[in-house]
Amino acid sequence: MVTITRKIEFAASHRYNNPALSAEENRRIFGKCNNPHGHGHNYILEVTVAGEPDPMTGMVLDLKELKELLEKEVMQRMDHRHLNHEVPELAGKIPTCENIAQVIWELLEPKITRGRLHRIRLHESADLFADCYRNGASGA
Amino acid sequence: MSGAGKGDLKTVLGRRYRFAASHRLHSDRLSAKENQRVYGKCSNPYGHGHNYVVEVQVSGEVDPATGMIANLADLDGYVAREVLEAFDHRNLSEEVAAFREVVATTENLCIEIYSRLKLFPAAHLERVRIEETGKNSFEYAGEESQRSRL
Repeated sequence: MVTITRKIEFAASHRYNNPALSAEENRRIFGKCNNPHGHGHNYILEVTVAGEPDPMTGMVLDLKELKELLEKEVMQRMDHRHLNHEVPELAGKIPTCENIAQVIWELLEPKITRGRLHRIRLHESADLFADCYRNGASGA
Repeated sequence: MSGAGKGDLKTVLGRRYRFAASHRLHSDRLSAKENQRVYGKCSNPYGHGHNYVVEVQVSGEVDPATGMIANLADLDGYVAREVLEAFDHRNLSEEVAAFREVVATTENLCIEIYSRLKLFPAAHLERVRIEETGKNSFEYAGEESQRSRL
């Protein structure tokens, strides 16, 4: 098995607020992430696909296909968007790193037909990231 | 969430912390000459230091009410109390009890930090990864998960 990883960067805004909780509880749980006007990040997404290299091409999958898939599914959906208001897949969810990573996993996994989606790592900042992978695949 | 023949989807939260500390790689069980051979300049009697980066990875269910595996304020507070306050701007070899008998290599530092964090109540500790410098990194995921991965 060989893994290949492609990295993309997108910028988006978000706000953490649970309408089922009081304003005070929202402030206590989410702190400054609850600021009513929102805030933003430069997200970095690493997408790792695992598989055997095709004997004809030497490739697990064509990176151009992966690039186009990420452009369509992630960049067009999330880049320069407000994640709470403009991304239907995140409607009703708090757009944390964990939830955004899960949504991206669900968007990409069925569309990767050559090789299989092995892991995604979404960095919200230099000091915070979330990984998604199937149990049994190494998270390392 | 899981398809046929696939494992469940697992989500892990990773958080990076920094501390600066000194250490000396030296074993009382080795002669001066052997210490010099094994540890080289890291055995300098006066010690030396690093800016350590500690990457802590925790897993668990994402709480629908918060969207979080663990509240970062809780994780940050726990790591600060258990690790950073004890290690930052300290001499690990001289001031941390765990390294009186055990050499303060970054392998052993991974194990020590893992043991200090494994009781974090809000999520499951997956692994501790330490960057000693920009070129060297070390990782420990506990003995159980090491075995289950083989």
